[in-house]
Amino acid sequence: MEKFTTHTGIGVPLRQSNVDTDQIIPAVYLKRITRTGFEDALFSAWRKDPAFILNQAPFSSGSVLVAGPDFGTGSSREHAVWALKDYGFKTVLSSRFADIFRGNSGKQGLLAAEVAQDDIELIWKELENAPGTEVTVDLVSKTVVCGNIVAPFEIDDYTRWRLLEGLDDIGLTLQHEADITAYEATRPAFKPKTLPARLS
Amino acid sequence: MAKTLAEKVWDAHVVRKGDGDGANAQPDLLFIDLHLVHEVTSPQAFEGLRLAGRKLRRPDLTIATEDHNTPTLDIDKPIADLTSRTQIQTLRNNCAEFGVRLHSLGDAEQGIVHVVGPQLGLTQPGMTVVCGDSHTSTHGAFGALAMGIGTSEVEHVMATQTLSLKPFKTMAINVEGTLRPGVTAKDIILAVIAKIGTGGGQGYVLEYRGSAIRALSMDARMTICNMSIEAGARAGMVAPDETTYDFMKGRPHAPEGADWDAAVEYWNTLRTDDDATFDAQVDLDADTLEPFVTWGTNPGQGVSLSESVPSPEDFGDENAKAAAERALQYMGLAAGTPMKDIRVDTVFLGSCTNSRMEDLRAAADIIRGRRKDPNIRMLVVPGSARVRLEAEAEGLDKVFKDFGAEWRFAGCSMCLGMNPDQLDVGERCASTSNRNFEGRQGKGGRTHLVSPVVAAATAIRGTLSSPSDLDPDPVVEPVETPIRTDAA
Repeated sequence: MEKFTTHTGIGVPLRQSNVDTDQIIPAVYLKRITRTGFEDALFSAWRKDPAFILNQAPFSSGSVLVAGPDFGTGSSREHAVWALKDYGFKTVLSSRFADIFRGNSGKQGLLAAEVAQDDIELIWKELENAPGTEVTVDLVSKTVVCGNIVAPFEIDDYTRWRLLEGLDDIGLTLQHEADITAYEATRPAFKPKTLPARLS
Repeated sequence: MAKTLAEKVWDAHVVRKGDGDGANAQPDLLFIDLHLVHEVTSPQAFEGLRLAGRKLRRPDLTIATEDHNTPTLDIDKPIADLTSRTQIQTLRNNCAEFGVRLHSLGDAEQGIVHVVGPQLGLTQPGMTVVCGDSHTSTHGAFGALAMGIGTSEVEHVMATQTLSLKPFKTMAINVEGTLRPGVTAKDIILAVIAKIGTGGGQGYVLEYRGSAIRALSMDARMTICNMSIEAGARAGMVAPDETTYDFMKGRPHAPEGADWDAAVEYWNTLRTDDDATFDAQVDLDADTLEPFVTWGTNPGQGVSLSESVPSPEDFGDENAKAAAERALQYMGLAAGTPMKDIRVDTVFLGSCTNSRMEDLRAAADIIRGRRKDPNIRMLVVPGSARVRLEAEAEGLDKVFKDFGAEWRFAGCSMCLGMNPDQLDVGERCASTSNRNFEGRQGKGGRTHLVSPVVAAATAIRGTLSSPSDLDPDPVVEPVETPIRTDAA
């Protein structure tokens, strides 16, 4: 995973709450078996509307998405994170993220920064008044800067550390393989196994 | 120390405690007892293993099935959609390469992954269960800690049989009282979500408790736990009891003999201690609950079926107001319209929320001897091939077909329209599924989430209806091919 320390890019105000992962990427795109190339799928239903924010310059080249509360609800599809990244987003700001989306973001190096809704409102106004304004999201100081607005954001320490270091989860876990093997030896016999298969 | 059900299951699976305490604690490494796999969220995970030269650590704790993409008609023919066919073939190749048990289309154990696990007896109390699907919360009905994960985590479980997780908070959902006739588990969970909101359960494991929950069957408990994710909670649980054990006993992978006794002894220790405390409590009165239905485009936008479509002005919060405005526009509804005046085009009975035997029986009991509204299309999609076979053995297929519904093969189907079962633009559906998101059931489709009995009553009347709206003594002419008597 690439390291994330700080990012500066055009902010995109998405004035909407409950942006579920079906909106971020509709199910029809989930039939692909690759992990890249999902930029066309991002918000594909909404992008058919010329008035949609990503169809307007300079927002179309944005890389900091500023969304309403409860972003990423619904389906666990990690494709939502892939689509945001493939389009060019490096970070999403929201006052509340769905748990699975937040987890998936952390695994893929997309920074899900939790910003108070009052600050989100200020940033929205700034971005709408001066389209093209750049937003800086600094993971070291956990701060968002947009024009004159300086706002703190929350992220759990463990995810922050992994993003800052660009660490691979599986590699980290396999350092504790001996613990896994020891645990496996203690599992009770009544716990089910899928193999050999037993059928009705 | 007194503990809740969720905390007990958590503690029993800690492979390695994370360093640090409180807010700064690192995640715990938890062992995963069962990993369920399907075709949509696994190809990139298998590919990741392959690229890193890693093995799948525990094929004997892993099982796969095909459900999201599978057609519900002509299942003996090659899948028409090429990308769907490729994705399913990829799962078959990956399972063969990594030694994973797979139940393919046409197999009697194929079906929606969350129906298959419990049906085989693989889902048991006190287990940790994961799957690359947010409705994995379904398995919490057995007192398992079950949650949906993303594809990176799928790969992590494949490689290590563990997950790194931050401890959750606990929330008790207390449902006391007795449900009235025609009110079901689906109405309980829709009412809970409307009450706490789509983000209300975030960071929590929910435990459904109280006399109304204890009185529910396993199929009904699965319906409730299934939609925990729609309240933002990753998992929902019900403490195991005799109902749980009766359901499990004799299933293919249930413990037997001395193992069964040891298991039950352990399962009986899992329920929340009397003096344990929850981080949050929510109460719902079962006695006064009515059939519940959604009017908007997220599962929290619901009302009692006897109420009317709300106005955006009813919402104090600016974001909720804007969301309501947008939802009404998408749904093509005017504020103030009685919910029961809303005419639908399609009724979908299926999905991991409501496609088990009890759901099919409940709907069949409503429609038996009645006629479908001629303008309604009704799809009945059993949750698994096994459910389909059982239903046919009881003659339910005939009840649905006589009524004029389509009796389909098992899969996720119109819940998310990854296969050809989709709504058209503007088409309105009463659906027993779990998500009424924009375009979820097909681009431009409009979804009202309902229970199986409301779905059945709606198919009869053509408008959103509860069973109590039906004529108690329907006079229905028998459905027969007219016999020609004028033939010479």
